[in-house]
This record gives sequence, structure tokens and C-alpha cells, in this order.
Amino acid sequence: MGGFRQGIESAIPALRRYARALTRNVELADDLVQDTLVRALRSEHLFHGGDIRSWLYTILTNLNRNRLRALARRPALQAIDDNDAPATAGPEAGARDIERALASLVEDQRTALLLVVLEGLTYREVAEVQAVPIGTVMSRLARARMQIKAYLDGERPALRRIK
Amino acid sequence: MIDRNSPVTEDELHAYVDDEIAADRRGAVEAWLASHPEDAARVAQWRAQADAIRARYGMLASEPVPARFDLDKLARGARSWRAVAAAAVIAAFLAGGVVGWMAHGASAAAPSRFDTFTAQALDAYRVYVVEVRHPVEVTGGERPHLVQWLSKRLDYELRIPELEPSGLKLVGGRLLPGPFGPAAFCMYEGPSGERFTIYYARTDSPQTAMRYRAADRFAAVYWVEHGLAYVVSGPADRERLLNVAQAAYDQIDKGTPQARP
Repeated sequence: MGGFRQGIESAIPALRRYARALTRNVELADDLVQDTLVRALRSEHLFHGGDIRSWLYTILTNLNRNRLRALARRPALQAIDDNDAPATAGPEAGARDIERALASLVEDQRTALLLVVLEGLTYREVAEVQAVPIGTVMSRLARARMQIKAYLDGERPALRRIK
Repeated sequence: MIDRNSPVTEDELHAYVDDEIAADRRGAVEAWLASHPEDAARVAQWRAQADAIRARYGMLASEPVPARFDLDKLARGARSWRAVAAAAVIAAFLAGGVVGWMAHGASAAAPSRFDTFTAQALDAYRVYVVEVRHPVEVTGGERPHLVQWLSKRLDYELRIPELEPSGLKLVGGRLLPGPFGPAAFCMYEGPSGERFTIYYARTDSPQTAMRYRAADRFAAVYWVEHGLAYVVSGPADRERLLNVAQAAYDQIDKGTPQARP
């Protein structure tokens, strides 16, 4: 029990970082983390050992996917975040650019990229979190990187250009 | 046996950037990059992307953890669940009403029992599957009470199957306002949070074979036996859902339940 709680506790900072990058929204991210913790605490009996961090990432990733599904069924309320062409100058412009570039990714690609690059999970761990073969993780990574480059190079998705 | 000098693949370039490259291929990748400037430029871009992501979000992990994440408090469950459950029941009822109405508009004839029950079961699934704190009214830990309560309200000896062999644990159940009287709704959960539900409602329809319906990203399997309609709902993975439904069916069938006189 002690070890289980401690394992969860020590993962909270990383979960908040991951959730923030996933949602790019402070409140949403912390709600997601809280729901993840509640579910983890309630599901202790379902945790069959292994890496508790990966397990928590799996729960958070699934909850976020459920959240997006619920959103997708509502009439479009999603902000079309535009008027804001990517700033091209200076390294400090990079922070906002990378945020928007991440927002332009398909959910599964964003998840895979963040788990590898930000959270330091191995390809195998990401495959378990996303419940897909490693090859799928690698193709998600490749597409994510291609899309981010295209975004930063100024090729925005065709849909967003319609205004 | 891997040839140390075989051409480097796209996957290997990613694995190199992410430190996942096999030790015996690292040298080959480095040699390849030295002689392929376009690939070297891509690798540099990917690294720059990763640096930008870490620069933007990395420091968030060193922020102090707010009090709302206190695990003891969370374990106790701070929210009043009754208000949430009541809101969810109303939402399920409204959602059912809208779908029922749409189905009515879509076809001149009254919707079939299959349509009505699967639509309601899928609506309930959608509403409750995203509910984290209070997905059920009575938890799986109180199985005998759950069975007794729901059986009494439906006036039918319900069987709530054990789906542990399919990797699913009973979360619990609740009563729903069904189209023709009360309906029972039980939820199961797998280790990584995927959820399946079984919906039960009394019906005078004759026995049917299992029917599958996909709606959006969810799907349902429907059948009728001994005066009870069953709808098993879950993520739209046909094979997995049919397996779960079959496992539920086998157990329910074993007991050949009967309507109470």
C-alpha cells in the first residue's frame, strides 16, 4: 500500500507536465491529472505490478481520449486558433510556435511524441500505453515530426487557411 | 546478423535521435549521417523540435504540487456524488429522448425494439463511460445487493456475468429510465480503463440472434432471450466486443432465467 501510494505521489509532477503539453490548458490538464489519480487510487487491485509510471500514463492517455471523444460529439466549439501565423524570428518565438505545432498534430501522434520526447518513455513503453505495436509508435513519431516541421515551415493544414 | 554497413533506415534515424538505436548500429548511423547531409539536417531538426518541447514544458515538472492532489483527500472522495449522479441520469434521459425522437423522424414507422434499446444503451454508455468518480450507483463490491436490487426493480431474475476471464472487472451498476420501464445497466472495466457495459430491459419481443451495430467509435451487440433484451456496449473493436458479448451470453444462458410470474 505504502509503495503504491508513494509511486503515484512521485509521478504527479511528471503527469502534470505531460497533461499540460497534451492539452495546452492549465485547468484541463490538472483536472485530467486529478481524474487519473482518483482512478488509480480506486483501481489499486487492477495494478499487477510493473512500472507504475507507465500505468499512470496509460490511464491519463485513455481519459484524455475519452474527453476528446465526448467533445467531438458536441457541436464544434473548438477554437480555430488563427490570425496567428507562426512567428519566424528568434529562438524565444519557439515556445509559442512549438505549442501551436503540437496543437496541429493528430491526437495519437501528439501522445506518442510527447511520451518519447518529454516523458522519456521507451518505444516499447509507449506501445504499451497506446496498446499498439512498436511499428505503429514509430510511424506516429515519424508523422508527428514531419507535421511539426511542415507547420514550422509555414505550411499550415489546408482547412485552417479557409477563413 | 546485421550488416554493419547496410543502409540506414528512416526508423533507425528516429531511434538514433531517441537513444533507442541498437549499440551495434550506432556507428553505422553516425557514418551515414556524415556522408548524407540531408539526413543529418533532418536529425538536427528533430533534435531541435525535442529541445523546443522540453524547453516549453520541461520546467512544469519542478513546480510545487498543489494541495488538490493530496492523495489522502482524493482517496476519500471529496465531491458530493449524489448531485453528480442526478445530473448524469437527467443527461442520459435527455440524450435518450433526443435519439428516440430522431429515430422517430427518420423512419415513418415506429423504431424497432432493436433500434430503441441499442440507441438507449449506447447513450447510457456514452454518458457513463467518461464518468470517473461516480460511474455507478452500486459498486461491484456489493454484487449480491446489486443483483437483488436491479432484479427487484425489473421484476426479473437478472444474471450479472463474471467477465474476469475476459480481463474485465465489474465496476457496478445502476438503474436507468428505459423506454418501456426501468432498465438495468452494469459497467465493467479493463486494466487500462477501457469500459464495457451490459444493458438489460424487459421486452415482449421474441428471442433473437445476436446483432451487432457500430455507432461512431462505439458499438453494441443486442439479443433477446426469455423476455429480456440485452445490449453489450464497448469500444468499436468488433472482435473484442463479440468475445465479451459471447462470454456474457454463455453465463447468462447457463442459468436460463425466467420472468417472474
